[in-house]
Amino acid sequence: MDFRTCVNIQKEWDIVGARQFGRDFSKKLGFGIVDQARIATAISELARNIYLYAGSGKICFDEVENVGSRGICIVSLDTGPGIKDISQVMEDGFSTSGGLGAGLPGVKRLMDEFDITSKEGEGTEIRVVKWVR
Amino acid sequence: MDALKLDLSHYRQLLKQYIDTQDESALYEAEQISKRSIQHNISLEEIINTHINALEGIYPDLPENIQHSMSFLLEVMISYGLALQEFQDLRESQLEIKSEISVAARMQNTLLSTVKPEVEGFDIGVVSVPANQMNGDYHHFIHHTDGTVGITVADVIGKGIPAALCMSMIKYAMESFPSEHKNPSEILESLNRVVERNVDPSMFITMFYALFNPAASTISYSSAGHEPGFYYHAADDTFEEIRAKGVVLGVTDTAQYRQYEREIHVGDMIILLTDGVTECRQGDRFIESEEVLEVIKSFSHLPAQELVESVYRHFEKLQDFHLRDDFTLIIIKKDV
Repeated sequence: MDFRTCVNIQKEWDIVGARQFGRDFSKKLGFGIVDQARIATAISELARNIYLYAGSGKICFDEVENVGSRGICIVSLDTGPGIKDISQVMEDGFSTSGGLGAGLPGVKRLMDEFDITSKEGEGTEIRVVKWVR
Repeated sequence: MDALKLDLSHYRQLLKQYIDTQDESALYEAEQISKRSIQHNISLEEIINTHINALEGIYPDLPENIQHSMSFLLEVMISYGLALQEFQDLRESQLEIKSEISVAARMQNTLLSTVKPEVEGFDIGVVSVPANQMNGDYHHFIHHTDGTVGITVADVIGKGIPAALCMSMIKYAMESFPSEHKNPSEILESLNRVVERNVDPSMFITMFYALFNPAASTISYSSAGHEPGFYYHAADDTFEEIRAKGVVLGVTDTAQYRQYEREIHVGDMIILLTDGVTECRQGDRFIESEEVLEVIKSFSHLPAQELVESVYRHFEKLQDFHLRDDFTLIIIKKDV
């Protein structure tokens, strides 16, 4: 966790920066081009949620290891309004990006692990992991 | 996500065959690959990746700009592939919902089942078919010990599950009424209070309630805004609308219902129905109630059960076997 790198998200342009960092990082970890594209798309969704709903926050990247396999861990952190009904936003068809994005269910599909904690009025933390195959 | 992968060498070989010959058989094989991929849940981006790898295998010196363009395509397809997965998951959950509804529909059939009375001197036919799985029409026969029969025909405005739930409540409310309580006007007044208290104000129920006395050949009835039935006079071969005034159930808790009575003569028919019968549609056109009567008349020589079934089949066909509304038709014929 010491080497965690974070990209701040404030402007729409920052989404591109986060994608770029995530893609380079996942390439370095040994992900193939399909998984690189999936990871970049997941980062887009997370960063867009911060940009649209929280105003500002950050996307942080870590390398993780588990019995011989390597992976990327991405954490999205914001201090926005939080999510009142998590079950609802995790439902297919209920996209928080106004139907344009894949939403959080999409992020869950793109990655191997998904975890969300949110408190109304305090913010949201989403942690996702993908393992190199 | 991609438990099964495409067979890269097979794909490469086919792609090469097609590039060399533009052979239709290679394209046919491509179609098979596409279908197999759908079957095995192989994602869109995985197929494109296989294509890129196959292309690079055939042309090791693939120009860099083409390679970049392929990566670009892959990126474009990621969200599309995701949407496709979501669609597949939604389809699966839709199937689950469908099977749950069919269980509910079977349960409804058991809950609302009723036995058609066998009455000497009369012939009775009943057909009730839901437009969707669950029926929002309701009909019920209550066999009283004195030989009279209570007949209910009701329709919840609206279809499907909410209507069906509402009907189950109506049935149990009626069963809780004391058995000496059988006058149509009283029954509708009591039910009206139950509906007013328990049912969402956006939901309306129309009901026709009749007390049929086979021994005396009379029928007394009241209606709560229900689609009027018809009386067939055999003597002069004419139909007459069975008019009965009364407000829809659940509008006001003080509603009063007038009770009417008529005698049934030899050869006459009583036709009770829901608006699913009179509002059948042929294309965009609603049929006229005269047409319903024409059809009934054309089958009137048949026994009552065959008669109602023939009428139903006629309108089912007229509507291209796709009912727009629940269809309930009851016919009581007095034997000649």
